[in-house]
Amino acid sequence: MSISRRKFISWISAGCTSLICTTAHGAKKQFKGYPDSFGILHDTTICIGCRRCEDACNSVNNLPAPEKPFTDLSILDKKRRTTTKAYTVVNKYENKDKNKASVFRKSQCNHCLEPACASACFVKAFKKTKEGPVTYDPKVCVGCRYCMIACPFEIPTYEYDEPLTPRVMKCTMCHDLIKKDKLPACVEICPTGSLKFGKRDALIKYARERISKFPDRYIDHIYGEHEMGGTSWLYISNLSFNEMGMREDLGITPAPELTAGALGAVPVVVSLWPVLLTGIYAINRRKEKLAEREKAEAVSSAVEAAKAGREKVSLDKVRGSDG
Amino acid sequence: MFKNGNSTVKSIFTPFNVITGIIVLFGLVLTVVRFTGGLAAVSNLSDYNPWGIWIGLDLLTGVALAAGGFVASAAVYIFGMKKYHAAVRPAILTAFLGYALVVVALSYDVGIPWRLPYPFIIQQGTTSVLFEVGICVCLYLIVLFLEFSPAALEWLGMKKIRSLVHRLTVVLTIFGVILSTLHQSSLGALFLIAPSKLHPLWYSSYLPVYFFITAIIAGLSMVLFEGALCHHLFADKLDEAHKQEKDQIALGFGKAASWVLAGYFATKVVGISADNNWHYLLTGYGLWYLTELLGFVGLPCLFYAIGVRERRLTLIRWTAGWTVMGIILNRLNICIIAFNWHLPASERYFPHWMEIGISVFLITCGLIVFKYVVSRMPVLYSHPDYKETH
Repeated sequence: MSISRRKFISWISAGCTSLICTTAHGAKKQFKGYPDSFGILHDTTICIGCRRCEDACNSVNNLPAPEKPFTDLSILDKKRRTTTKAYTVVNKYENKDKNKASVFRKSQCNHCLEPACASACFVKAFKKTKEGPVTYDPKVCVGCRYCMIACPFEIPTYEYDEPLTPRVMKCTMCHDLIKKDKLPACVEICPTGSLKFGKRDALIKYARERISKFPDRYIDHIYGEHEMGGTSWLYISNLSFNEMGMREDLGITPAPELTAGALGAVPVVVSLWPVLLTGIYAINRRKEKLAEREKAEAVSSAVEAAKAGREKVSLDKVRGSDG
Repeated sequence: MFKNGNSTVKSIFTPFNVITGIIVLFGLVLTVVRFTGGLAAVSNLSDYNPWGIWIGLDLLTGVALAAGGFVASAAVYIFGMKKYHAAVRPAILTAFLGYALVVVALSYDVGIPWRLPYPFIIQQGTTSVLFEVGICVCLYLIVLFLEFSPAALEWLGMKKIRSLVHRLTVVLTIFGVILSTLHQSSLGALFLIAPSKLHPLWYSSYLPVYFFITAIIAGLSMVLFEGALCHHLFADKLDEAHKQEKDQIALGFGKAASWVLAGYFATKVVGISADNNWHYLLTGYGLWYLTELLGFVGLPCLFYAIGVRERRLTLIRWTAGWTVMGIILNRLNICIIAFNWHLPASERYFPHWMEIGISVFLITCGLIVFKYVVSRMPVLYSHPDYKETH
């Protein structure tokens, strides 16, 4: 069967539509976080790497005791990440300028304004609360771990060794304490004021003031103000964030927007495909029917012609015998 | 039963049975280890690498290779290419088994498998691409079951229900194409959320389009690859009509595959240009990318074209196998090899042997069921009672 023009056009149009839908994006509105939501500002220039925040986090969340006590600071020489047993870890970063002291940075869930984990979760186990924290509900979690794929900060961890009830584990920003007008455990215990709790907007204003007041002390950048659409945790530093293991190439697009276009194509496919496919089917059916009819007509006319021919011959024969 | 007379009493201990039997026994042991010791007992999955080969190979590749179902049925029932009819049933069976396997593999991979229905019945995470994938795969599994059921009903001799389901063919095919368009592309869209983790050469806003096109390529190639295998393994099952159509199918599907591969190649080049990623091509990852693009897209495109032009059926069938390898490579690249490329080697993932063991076990189970069905139900031949109704 050769490709008819009509069939070719139908294929081309099918291809074009699929391209259009996948590139179509919904209308974009910038979400700047819930009004009056809380945040925490981490001034790494004041952090002394005492690990007391780790200790407080451990006890407030009833996590298992670590192998070595929190007072053991030799652990800081090795780079660590969050684990199921530690929602937060402090790492040490050497200053390239040997005269300057090394810098400590606490890492934990950044509590994005528009969290990738919440956007990726197919059972809505994650929720951005209006107070600021991103909470997790282990009662509905299926354990697909798409949140861990999605998180640009590589924060969520999983209880892989738990056979029956594994959970995703991450910092809760002490949501329960915040709701009771208390400070998150790490902020409460911090002896230097390196961690500052407050309304996110106020913290940004404060951080800007600090930077403009001490331009030699800080890099002119508040990490978390715009990264991935903004996070509830904010950082200021004198060492570049890249050098502290914080990616500066994440961009400012909130995670949900990255998949919005693809999801927006769903209704287009659902509404257009049936029409298109039924149309192609109907066209082919009709062509088949026409072909059948033409064939039948051709056959019958051929039969008639043959019959007529035979009659003519027999008539001629009769005439011939007459003559 | 048709043609079943010659397969009478044979020893149970055929090489196929012995080998698959050992693999299944071993797989059952691994299953026990997985569900008593947790994921850590059998896998190298970690906090940096939450998805391994069960997702990369079993799910992503499995779904792509099962695309033959919607490709073949759309070609025959919607685009009216009736001469390829013999390709439909084996493709639908492969698709159904493929998707069923995906669901089984997922229950090994997710932490709490009995909660898999939760996204549908407890809370709907409608902002998640995975939610869309889940709902489409679930619905498509039902569609495939219905699409395959005539074969089973013919085998069971249930004529009335069979003719009822048979009347739904076109509707089911249309449903199948819609659902396949959605979830095949969405599997690519899963990775759109992680631009900072997937290598820029593989990350593209066109990922959904790439996944959909490669699914069509995979579908076409699998029909050919599998057809060639069945021809060797189940030669006694094929009837004359199927044997005759086989070469037609090879030429037609080979031609289609060559064109689609050419189109895919073009969209990949457009993708590199759109993101201006040319400078990455000369890095290590770039060379690997070129291997995939030239060796597993460009080359098969050319070989399919030569095979069709010169009517070299063996070349077409080998090319089909090569293309299938290319699809596997592509999915593994996106899910594992080029994913987390920014991490140091010590944090990267390599599958645990038990992960591979469970994958092999699941694929073996699929093969056993395929063999069981094909040697009993009218898949590779037309049932004599229904020859005219197709």
